[in-house]
Amino acid sequence: MPFVTAKTRQRAYDVIVVGSGAAGGQTAYTLCMEGARVLMLEAGRRYTPAAETPMFQTPDMAPLGGANTPQKPFGFYDATVDGGWEVPGEPYVRTTEDHAGRFDWWRARMLGGRTNHWGRISLRNGPYDFKPKSRDGLGFDWPIGYEDVAPYYDKVELLIGVYGSNEGLENTPNSPPGCLLPPPKPIVSDYLIARSARRLGIPVIPGHRAVLTQALDHRSNPQRLHPGNAKAQEILAADMRSRAPCLWATPCGRGCSIRANYQSTTVHLPPALATGNLDIATDAMVYEVALGADGRADGVNFVDRTTGTHEHASARVVVLAASACESARILLNSKSPHFPDGLANSSGKVGRYIMDTVGSDVTGQVPLLESLPPLNEDGADGHQFYMPWWLYQEQLAGKLGFARGYHVEFSGGKRMPGPDTGKGLEWLTGGNYGAKFKQDVRRYYGSFVYFSGRGEMIPNERSYCEIDPGGVKDKWGIPVLRFHWQWSEHERRQAAHMQRTFGDIIEAMGGKPKKIETDGAKAIAPGGLIIHEVGGAIMGANPKASVTNGWCQTWDVPNLFITDGAVFPSNADKNPTLTIMAIAWRAADHILERLRRKEL
Amino acid sequence: MDRRTTVKWMLAASAAWPAWRAGLAAQTPPGAAPSQLPAAPGYGTDPDLVTPHKRGEFWPLTLSAAQRRLAAVLSDLIIPADEHSPSASAVGVADFIDEWVSAPYPTQQGDRPIVLQGFAWLDAEGARRLGKGFAALDAATQTAICDSICDATRAAPERRDAARFFALYRDLTAAAFYSSPAGRKDLGYIGNVPLTSFDGAPPELLKRLKLT
Repeated sequence: MPFVTAKTRQRAYDVIVVGSGAAGGQTAYTLCMEGARVLMLEAGRRYTPAAETPMFQTPDMAPLGGANTPQKPFGFYDATVDGGWEVPGEPYVRTTEDHAGRFDWWRARMLGGRTNHWGRISLRNGPYDFKPKSRDGLGFDWPIGYEDVAPYYDKVELLIGVYGSNEGLENTPNSPPGCLLPPPKPIVSDYLIARSARRLGIPVIPGHRAVLTQALDHRSNPQRLHPGNAKAQEILAADMRSRAPCLWATPCGRGCSIRANYQSTTVHLPPALATGNLDIATDAMVYEVALGADGRADGVNFVDRTTGTHEHASARVVVLAASACESARILLNSKSPHFPDGLANSSGKVGRYIMDTVGSDVTGQVPLLESLPPLNEDGADGHQFYMPWWLYQEQLAGKLGFARGYHVEFSGGKRMPGPDTGKGLEWLTGGNYGAKFKQDVRRYYGSFVYFSGRGEMIPNERSYCEIDPGGVKDKWGIPVLRFHWQWSEHERRQAAHMQRTFGDIIEAMGGKPKKIETDGAKAIAPGGLIIHEVGGAIMGANPKASVTNGWCQTWDVPNLFITDGAVFPSNADKNPTLTIMAIAWRAADHILERLRRKEL
Repeated sequence: MDRRTTVKWMLAASAAWPAWRAGLAAQTPPGAAPSQLPAAPGYGTDPDLVTPHKRGEFWPLTLSAAQRRLAAVLSDLIIPADEHSPSASAVGVADFIDEWVSAPYPTQQGDRPIVLQGFAWLDAEGARRLGKGFAALDAATQTAICDSICDATRAAPERRDAARFFALYRDLTAAAFYSSPAGRKDLGYIGNVPLTSFDGAPPELLKRLKLT
């Protein structure tokens, strides 16, 4: 029963969940474990990590050494299926191609969506991050606070498995005992970077990533997650026993056949399916929420990609979890006499306030790390440590010239050589070749360090999506999005600050940065490149200025919820996925409660 | 995942794709493999990731026998055999180069005319000096030619294009060589093996580097 088609699915469900990634996976998991019957609709194909993950394959087995191409933008072995910034047959429109104003939209058409390849960085938003406007007057506050979401961060960490540590730093929350797994041990470059950054007053602490550094506690965690629900505990305990801990090799971006990291397909969906409450239809491209005569959503309309036919599925509740912009697109395409500008859009805010993460990177080369003996530094696949934002007080005092912070992800070490090894070394070798070149590649291998700033963007009126007024449609005949984008001076200055900071750290290591770009407009990656896009159906306390309430419930349609990043009214520097899962779990709990009370 | 590279690709691809196509017809050297390739679908957005692939499996290799010979000779000048590892040609770098310049993607198709024109320039330079193609020259002459183009910052103005070619070709040779098992061994890479625990940096090394 679990994988169904248009023909084999049941007539009615309690809840339809559109999308199968972090938001859809979490929503469906919570609902199914607590007894609701769910139909999940995924636009992409079925995907089976145990059989399809290239774990130990090496670059010589791949075309072009596995290098990036438009068909595999993160390299041949990246887990993404039928995805990227361009998806064949599914265009979108930009108002400009310029660096400053372009937005590139990443999609993955596969079961589990982007969770199959993501970086697994799992940071909690802090208390400031839910109330940014109260703090500095810019953007929007969330209608909920850290204390509302904290119990759900706990739950998600206990379920998916996140390594990290509790450091008690400002706006960088601790987790309760037992929530986090031990962090991996540092490699040589971690020690050097930490020492150098700390001399500059920058904290360096273990990262938080959804990777099992040891097996999950299958006795305690299921009881904590599903108190009083023996069946859910039993299912989850069995599932946790079948997830292997990390084997300290192979890039997480390929996915993980032994289920040592979090993917929706390996963590959320298996126990949800084991309840018998979940049906999944893949190749089901939802384009519209159907509105009943009573003003309630009565289901969704979708294209069955395998046959091209248009289908309708109905349920008591509809949850959009299709990714921020796709959920906004579905709403905008759901037009009716009562909602001529799109469903749940009486505020006019659907599609508005799209945010990405501010991204800027610097590479450095460090003599102390040259010619080290052979070391296995695969570890937990990099980013074992990070630098949380450390200048909250200086920023609040107006000393920085930009209003929001960033954290620093960094990596180094003797990672698996590949198509970029030995590339562009002229800045160090002066262009030699022959025996000397070979010696130089050996000398420099493992001596590079990479710093990536990941910062908060403030929502603005000029970054939004709408249905393309030019009438472009995708190959299914569904109207596509047009994106508008603009950074503010806050983001540009932040990017320039990242560059200067990384240069300082590299020099403190005795190293040499390859290039420091102090012009923020050039230093900042174009919109959509960091793939942290959120907003488009923001939550708020005022129905006139937001699309959903704090429970992810649309103001206009009581049985329509949005549990993905679309509801974020701000985009903290913390990577959004953990927060998406936490608010999805919270919304699902709310839906369950309302279903029990027959209010939905 | 290397987002730096991705960003560069994004920017380069969107800007460069039509530009190089427009410039190709005029630049194709007579008698060489065609610069303009027939449209090929590539490996698609859902290739089999588990089975190892062979060069030429997804798109035809297009270099002539003479070009492949030149590719091998030049790559061995860049990465010769030494006491640690074999030469570039011994690990199949010519196959990699052929696959690269024959691939239907923007980066690779942008590299193709640079490589083909570079090959033609090398042969012309050999003919000018000793009346032979580059591959048939003695090692000293080959080295002298490479010395004149290996550093773009010092190359004579009329050799800038050739120097740009050499820098690209060195990158491609390195990509091919260090993607191979011999290249990984040359660098002492000992990862990509399952471990029951990860111990991090060895204490004695940290002590030597004064990091403890």
